[in-house]
Amino acid sequence: MTGARTSVREPAGRPPASATLSRRERERRSVTGVGARSAPLPLLVPALVAVAFLVIPLAGLLIRAPWANAWEVLHGSQVAEALTLSLWTSTLATAISVVVGVPLAWVLARTDLPGLRLVRALVTLPLVLPPVVGGVALLLAFGRNGFLGQFLDQWFGITIPFSPAAVVMAETFVAMPFLVVTVEGALRSADRGFEEAAATLGARRLTVFRRVTLPLVMPSLAAGAVLCWARALGEFGATITFAGSFPGRTQTMPIAVYYALETDPDAAILLSLVLLLVSVVVLVALRDRWLRGGAAP
Amino acid sequence: MTRSTVGLAAEVQVTRGEFTLRAAVVAAPGEVLAVLGPNGSGKSTLLSAIAGLTPLSGGWIALDGVTLDDADSGAFVEAAHRPVGFVFQDYRLFPHLSVLDNVAFSPRVRGLGRRPARAVADDWLARLGLADLSHRRPADLSGGQAQRVALGRALAGGPTLLLLDEPLSALDARTRLDVQGELKRHLADFAGPCLLVTHDPLEALVLADRLLVLEHGRVVQEGTPAEVARRPATEYVARLVGLNLYAGTADGAHVALEGGGSFVVPDHDERGAVLVALRPSAVVVSTSPPDVSSVRNTWPATITGLTLLTDRVRLDLSGEPSALVDVTPAAVAELGLDAGQRVWLSAKATELEVYGHTRPARSAKG
Repeated sequence: MTGARTSVREPAGRPPASATLSRRERERRSVTGVGARSAPLPLLVPALVAVAFLVIPLAGLLIRAPWANAWEVLHGSQVAEALTLSLWTSTLATAISVVVGVPLAWVLARTDLPGLRLVRALVTLPLVLPPVVGGVALLLAFGRNGFLGQFLDQWFGITIPFSPAAVVMAETFVAMPFLVVTVEGALRSADRGFEEAAATLGARRLTVFRRVTLPLVMPSLAAGAVLCWARALGEFGATITFAGSFPGRTQTMPIAVYYALETDPDAAILLSLVLLLVSVVVLVALRDRWLRGGAAP
Repeated sequence: MTRSTVGLAAEVQVTRGEFTLRAAVVAAPGEVLAVLGPNGSGKSTLLSAIAGLTPLSGGWIALDGVTLDDADSGAFVEAAHRPVGFVFQDYRLFPHLSVLDNVAFSPRVRGLGRRPARAVADDWLARLGLADLSHRRPADLSGGQAQRVALGRALAGGPTLLLLDEPLSALDARTRLDVQGELKRHLADFAGPCLLVTHDPLEALVLADRLLVLEHGRVVQEGTPAEVARRPATEYVARLVGLNLYAGTADGAHVALEGGGSFVVPDHDERGAVLVALRPSAVVVSTSPPDVSSVRNTWPATITGLTLLTDRVRLDLSGEPSALVDVTPAAVAELGLDAGQRVWLSAKATELEVYGHTRPARSAKG
């Protein structure tokens, strides 16, 4: 019987494959408990192609950067204005997203209100919507002739489009769903038992939210906020459509990069590097969440 | 039972899909009532309803004369407003708060300032011998410590009713005994009624003043631990307390058993449906028919299994009636007992406990 089984595994005339296993490799496998370190070629080659595709353009930025006169180039462009505008608008957009997005995430995760599925679909739509379409939609709603914008203009004399406020609105529109989705997911997977326990200890629903639910999802809320902020910082399509590109007023970093590429490629490269640096900082801030092999806390 | 009873009084009915829990529960101040039952019997649902985490589908719950829930009138006091302390099976200590702030949570959300709430918590931690741990996080506690913190947290809010859901089940066997003794002391100090859910009969016998046995959502027995242990009402309870239990019909001294076979038991006043309880150690095993004696019940049986318990061997025997019998390992060797063997069992009539097959008086209607 044993012989029969062996003959199935090892076709006749082919001895079991044998190779050497170095002492170091033996030690590594016994410590980590996982298999071979190498990967089969059909997996390794596409993986390397993917890495190259993602890394080469970034390397291009670094190689082509005019390091020698970087300071003059940056100084000559409107980088300071654009960067300042980008930083405060994306931060404000994130703050707005947290203030209204976290309660929205709670409502989506914890209540059973009618039409909630539709609301969830609408709220997450900006995640997949082309940002330009978002910009057009904002223009049609809040533009001077928009169905809301015309009243703002007539009654209060407020004109939103092509102002820094429009930048913030465009960024919030595009970025808030990232926060809502992240926090809602965390709320859904959070252990409801803690909230029950808090209720038996005398905490009303708002107290439970403030003192138990919120602290428990805080890591996800922070990650969602960073994600939201990064998305707002990189926002281009909706912003240029709804807010335009007035240097110092509505021209954010990505828009400045785009225009600089036509007039002053060196400045575009350096501006891109500044944004790349900011992105790296964000990634480092989120490393616990994304760089630990998917085992997020 | 009326709603104005001091302590806890409830007629609980909770329907969840196919399952319905119907139970009448009374617990006097200072009394520890253990709710015993197998998994899925509705024990935790009962606690959850009393705590206000699950609304009733029928009946009512009153504590010290105040209605907490009434399915008929619709009256319902939210969990947060019930004077109830709940110790969960998995403790549910807030992982983001220190031990001190966990215990201070209830006084704090019930209106005390941060500092007075912490003072209350300090007091409880000292009383529970946890003062050294007050700045630890729950993740850094041992099972026994977490259990005490959970108890302290439930008590710090000053509840008038204490609910414990399998408080010791998450502990390993060694710690369980220590914590059990300690828990008994703390429960004795608690002035209000206390409900303790467990599936461990020993825990119930040690900690409780009274037992309530739930099976399939119904109360099958209620009484003091001694009563329940001596006269189990169902197969489940009998197995928990380690007794053979037979249902039968009494006609004078003769008791015909439902599963076949009969016993002769003089000197009992029962008639009609009865239960007969028999201790496994009260049965004598022999390999040949013993001398027939009027005070002995004798019947043949076949050994179907042998299990070594710490100091004795439990024989599983099939016959009329079937029985569990405890013998010494020496007896197994001397008699050469083995599975499949035909043996004779005998039991003195005085070892047979015959009692009426009545359902507990206080079970809910239906």
